[in-house]
Amino acid sequence: MFKYIVKRLAQTIVVLFVVAMVVFILTNYIGDPAAALLTEEATYETIQEVREQLGLNDPLPVQFVNFIKDAVRGDFGNSYVYKQPVLQLIGERMPATLELVGITALMTLIIAIPLGVFAGAFPKSRISKLIMTGSILGISLPTFWIGMMLIYIFSVKYGVLPASGRGRTVAALGMQLSIFAPGGWRYLVMPAITLSLAYIATILRLTRTGIRENMKQDYIKFARAKGVPAGSVLFRHALKNALIPVVTVFGINIGKMFAFTTITETIFAWPGMGKLLIDAIYRSDRPIIVAYLMITSVMFVGINFIVDIIYTIIDPRIELR
Amino acid sequence: MGEKLLEVENLRTYFHTFGGVVKAVDGISFHLDKGEILGIVGESGSGKSVSCFSLLKLVEEPGVVEAHKISFQGRDLTKATEKEMTKVRGKDIAMVFQDPMTSLNPLYTVGKQIEEMLILHESGMNKEQRRERCIELLKAVGIPEPEQRLKDYPHQFSGGMRQRVVIAIALAANPKLIIADEPTTALDVTIQAQILKLMKQLVRERNASLILITHDLAVVSEMVDRIVVMYCGKIVEQGPVEEIIHNPGHPYTEGLLASIPRLRKEQERLDFIPGMVPNMYDLPKGCLFAPRCKYCQEECKNTMPDMVEIGKDHKAACHFIQNLRQSKDGRKEG
Repeated sequence: MFKYIVKRLAQTIVVLFVVAMVVFILTNYIGDPAAALLTEEATYETIQEVREQLGLNDPLPVQFVNFIKDAVRGDFGNSYVYKQPVLQLIGERMPATLELVGITALMTLIIAIPLGVFAGAFPKSRISKLIMTGSILGISLPTFWIGMMLIYIFSVKYGVLPASGRGRTVAALGMQLSIFAPGGWRYLVMPAITLSLAYIATILRLTRTGIRENMKQDYIKFARAKGVPAGSVLFRHALKNALIPVVTVFGINIGKMFAFTTITETIFAWPGMGKLLIDAIYRSDRPIIVAYLMITSVMFVGINFIVDIIYTIIDPRIELR
Repeated sequence: MGEKLLEVENLRTYFHTFGGVVKAVDGISFHLDKGEILGIVGESGSGKSVSCFSLLKLVEEPGVVEAHKISFQGRDLTKATEKEMTKVRGKDIAMVFQDPMTSLNPLYTVGKQIEEMLILHESGMNKEQRRERCIELLKAVGIPEPEQRLKDYPHQFSGGMRQRVVIAIALAANPKLIIADEPTTALDVTIQAQILKLMKQLVRERNASLILITHDLAVVSEMVDRIVVMYCGKIVEQGPVEEIIHNPGHPYTEGLLASIPRLRKEQERLDFIPGMVPNMYDLPKGCLFAPRCKYCQEECKNTMPDMVEIGKDHKAACHFIQNLRQSKDGRKEG
């Protein structure tokens, strides 16, 4: 176990180093931050002056080494645009994204697994066919379209839900969250639905396939021959086995939720990290881009670590190595 | 003859598929006495497993089970609801499956899986008693260090050991009948004999009955009291083991016996039954065995033979049993 954790940490450091390097090389080509900061009438001299200030006139490897030196000390630099420490900027936005992703992940689990079990256990039922048709819609409809349609129906036409922002927030669990503020859920409903539909559909289909496959296995027949009632056969025996691939995919999907939340956050003007990233890319604000991607990488690695642990809890045949 | 434990009359299990109706089990009748060991023998696809799953109502769609009577200890199981059946399964009639590698749930410890049976069927037991019973059961099936092994998962056991665990599970609630569906087919030959001996001993000790399903007549002849021979969903012959082995009535049984390799007999080649099992969608009109039978006559091709009594408790379904016997006796004398 200890060896495993050390190995994982070493891997993480390598991943972070590579991510930082790739981002440095790529952002070098997406545009000149100095030009993005200044107006169109700025003279060559002013631009050079700003570039000098930002340290952009050094050769790229030198910039990279300087960045790594600072980063090791926990300093990811200041945003070119906001002139504030990057970590502080991201830290301010992170609770909004964590909240949206957290609610979405929870919704996905609560909705997808029971529906998947039902569709897997009673494949011939009408309701199962309805669930499966619905899941195809969930997979194939693009996120931005769902978001726009929700806004059109619930905000524009009927005016029952707010179209943008996250409303008031209150301090909870050590951050500012809107779900606990009075009426805060009304801001969360549409973004969470928009973000979750595709994941609900994927997880649901995976659960269903797992249940159907496992229900054909000998050990299920043996359990029934032991006199285990149908409900226990399904939930105690089949579901646990069916969940093994679901855990993997769900872990990957949480990572993807962080990535795709940028789209949802843009549609609903949700003040999270994703929106910060999009703005940063428009303005070539490299420190934010680098820090954002490194933080998401850490999250990915962290989630995968948790998935591995859950694996060993569910399946005794798997060992951490 | 002892007291009857199980009586099956006219059991039919049909599978309604796109390609037509498959009569996997077609009107079989047999019985089993208390404490008796019965062997059901037949080729793959002859309906031996399906008929036993039918007894427990464990046949999946599109299979439909019908029977005139399935009487177990005087109670008619054809009328039992699914809920009542869950109390019969495991408690009254337990099963041992063919492949021990797949019949245990990989995610639960062996102890949990034995205990599940006790939780379901021995509600009077507390946790400590259940644990003791589990250890006792593992000991009975010959698993060393049972206290430690309770905490192990199925993948930590070898095939033979797993089959012992499966047998322990089957015995857990003291069932009156155990159905073993080819319990040794997936095991090493060396382990096969051990497992069969163990099963026989445990069944006899507990005064339970056993139905042993197998395609191996050699196995059956050492284990059982009576034999039922099945072919294409029908019983073609049944009777006491001595009778069947030394004096078979049906040409199919004769063929099966002839195809067993014998150590003491000089043999260049093994005998075999020519041809193949007919397509279940398109069965012959007359006797189902007619296309492969070396004694086949015109009558066999057109009419299905009835079961006739040919000895004490010995029945077979063939038009020419008497001729067959006479010709054999003739050969012996000549």
